[in-house]
Amino acid sequence: MVLSTPGPALHSGALPRHSALGLFALCLAVTGTLFLLLLLSGITPAYNIAGAVFFGLVLWAATISAVSFLVEGSRRAKDRLVTALVCTSFGVALLPLISLVFTVVTNGIARFDGAFFSESLRNIIGPGGGALHAIVGTLEITLIAALISVPVGLLTAIYLVEYGRGAVARAITFLVDVMTGIPSIVAGLFAFALFQLLTGDPGIRLGFGGSIALSVLMVPIVVRSSEEMLKLVPNELREASLALGVPNWLTVGKVVLPTALAGIVTGVMLAVARVIGETAPLLLIAGYTDSMNYNPFDQRMMTLPVYVYTQYTQPGTDVQPYLERAWTASLTLILIVLALNVIARLIARFFAPKLPH
Amino acid sequence: MRSPRRLGDRLFSSGALAAGLLILVVLAAVAIFLVAQSLPALTAGGTDLPAGFTSFWSYVLPLVFGTVWAAVLALVIAVPLSLGVALFLSHYAPRRTARALGAVIDLLAAVPSVVFGLWGITVLAPFVQPFYTFLSAAFGWIPLLAGPVSGTGRTILTVAVVLAVMITPIITALTREIFLQTPRLNEEAALALGATRWEMIRIAVLPFGLPGMVSAAMLGLGRALGETMAVAMVLSPSVVVSFFLLRSENPTTIAANIALNFPDSYGSGINVLIATGLALFVLTFVVNAVARAVVGRRGGGKGL
Repeated sequence: MVLSTPGPALHSGALPRHSALGLFALCLAVTGTLFLLLLLSGITPAYNIAGAVFFGLVLWAATISAVSFLVEGSRRAKDRLVTALVCTSFGVALLPLISLVFTVVTNGIARFDGAFFSESLRNIIGPGGGALHAIVGTLEITLIAALISVPVGLLTAIYLVEYGRGAVARAITFLVDVMTGIPSIVAGLFAFALFQLLTGDPGIRLGFGGSIALSVLMVPIVVRSSEEMLKLVPNELREASLALGVPNWLTVGKVVLPTALAGIVTGVMLAVARVIGETAPLLLIAGYTDSMNYNPFDQRMMTLPVYVYTQYTQPGTDVQPYLERAWTASLTLILIVLALNVIARLIARFFAPKLPH
Repeated sequence: MRSPRRLGDRLFSSGALAAGLLILVVLAAVAIFLVAQSLPALTAGGTDLPAGFTSFWSYVLPLVFGTVWAAVLALVIAVPLSLGVALFLSHYAPRRTARALGAVIDLLAAVPSVVFGLWGITVLAPFVQPFYTFLSAAFGWIPLLAGPVSGTGRTILTVAVVLAVMITPIITALTREIFLQTPRLNEEAALALGATRWEMIRIAVLPFGLPGMVSAAMLGLGRALGETMAVAMVLSPSVVVSFFLLRSENPTTIAANIALNFPDSYGSGINVLIATGLALFVLTFVVNAVARAVVGRRGGGKGL
C-alpha cells in the first residue's frame, strides 16, 4: 500500500518515505495496549478489537496530519489527513463485514450437521430438527422465479437492443427503471393482492405467489444485465451475418445470443443471488410452516430467509436451539449466495468470447 | 423465398415486444392491485385501524416520517463512508489490489438483509448500547441525543447504522465507477501544476463525479427506504413522530410495520397495510425519479 505521496518535495521539509506506515503501526500498538489494559483492569469484559482498530485509525489520522503540518506545511498536512481519512473509511467499512462473517461462522457451525440438511422441523420442540423444508422451498420458489424472469427479461432486452426504437422502447426502458426501484415488500403485497383476487381466499399463502413476487424483483435485473451484454456484441458481427443473407431473427439467435451467452448467464446468476436472500415478500405470500411442502401451488411453504426470521422471532422456552438454527440457516444462505457469485464470475471469466477492442 | 423470412422475423420481434409489454402490464397491475386494495383503507374508521388511531392518515403519516427519517440517517452515515471507500479504491489503493479489495466490499452487498437483521440485534445493538449511554450522558444537551437511553440498543440510530452498512456497497460501487471515469488528462494537468493528491481530487475528480455521486446517494436512499427485515428485527417499534435517536420509543418504517403486522392481520387490517405499502411505492418512485433526472442531466455537461 503506497501511503506516502510520491514525488520530490519542493519545499523545506519532507517526512521519510514510509513514515505514514510506521506511524500507523505505532498508533495501532498504542490503542492496542490501551484496550489490553482496559481488559486486564476489568473495565471491559472482552478484548475490544473493533475499538482498538477504530481509535488506532483516528489517532493515526490526527498524528500524521499534525506531524506533517509541523514538518511539511499545511498543504501536505491536508493531503496526509485526507489520505488517512480515506484509508480509515475503508477500514471502517470492513469492520461490519468481518464482524458479521465471524459471528455467522462461529455461531452457525454448531448446527451445520447432517440433521440440519436432512430433516424438517415437523413436531420438533426445542433442540434437533433441520431446515430441509426451507431449503427445498427456497430452491423451488427461486427456480420458478428464474424460469419466469429469464425468458421475459431476456426477450425484453433483445427487443430493446435489436428492435426497439422510438416511444415504445423509451417507455419500456423507463418502466424497467421504475421496476428496479420497487421495494421488495411491495412486490410481496402485489403477489398477495393478485392471488387473493384470483382465489378469493382472504388469507392466501402459497409458494408460487413467492415466485411471482421474486420475478417482479428479478425481471428488471435480468433486463439490465442482458441489455448491457447484448450491447457489447460488436455490430460487425451482426452486419456480417446480415450481409450473408441471414434473416434478422436468425442473426440474433445464432450470432448475437451465443456471443453474449456467458455474460447473460453471469447476469442471471447474479440476479438469482440477489433475490434468493429476499425475506419480506416471502414472509407475506409464502408464509411459514414447520412441515415439508413440495407443492408450490398449494399451502404455505418455508424458505431459508423466512426460516432465519421465524427461528429468531418465535423461539420456544429454551431459546438456544432456535438461535443456533437461525445462525446455521444464515450461514447456509450466505454460502449459497457466495457460491452463485463465484460461479457467475468464473463463467464470466472463462467462457466470455474474446472480443476485438 | 422472402415471405418465410419475414414471418420468422415478425414472430421473433413481436415475441420480444410482447415480453416488453408484459413488463408494462405487470407494473400497471402492481399499481392497480395496490390502489384497489388500498381504497377501503383510505376511508377506514377507528375500528379498522390499530387502537389509538382515528383516521388512516394519522396512522400512515408517522410511518412515512419514520421511513424517511431512518433512511436519511442511514444516508448521513453511508455517504461520507462510501465516498471515502470509493476514493480509496479508485485513487489510493494500488491498481492490482484495488480490484480484490473492491470485491471484498461487494461481498457486503451479497449478505441477505435478514442476516444483517440477525447480526444487528444480536451483535451490534448490545455493542453500541454502552456508547449510547455515554453519548447521552456527555452530549444529552443536544436534543437529538436526549435520554432516557434505551437499555437494549434497539434504537433508530442502530437501525440507521445497519442500513448504512447495507447501502454502502451500492453507493461505493457506483461512485467508484464514476471516479475511475475522470478524464486522465484533467488529473495529470492538476498534478503537473503541483497539486497534492487531495488537491487533484478536489479540483479534478470530485467536480467531475458530482452528478454521479448525487444519483448514487439517491439510489442508496431508495434502497434504504424499502429495506424491511433489518429494520423489522433491530428496531423496537412504535408508530410515533420522534426525532430522538437513543430512546426506546422509536418511529418505525412502513416496510417493517407491514412485515411485523401482516402475518397476524385479516380483513380491513390487510387493506390498511397494503395502503401503507402504496405510500411506500410512491415514495421510492419519487426518489428514484429524482435520481434518474440527475443522471439524465449529466449528459449535457460531459467535458466537466
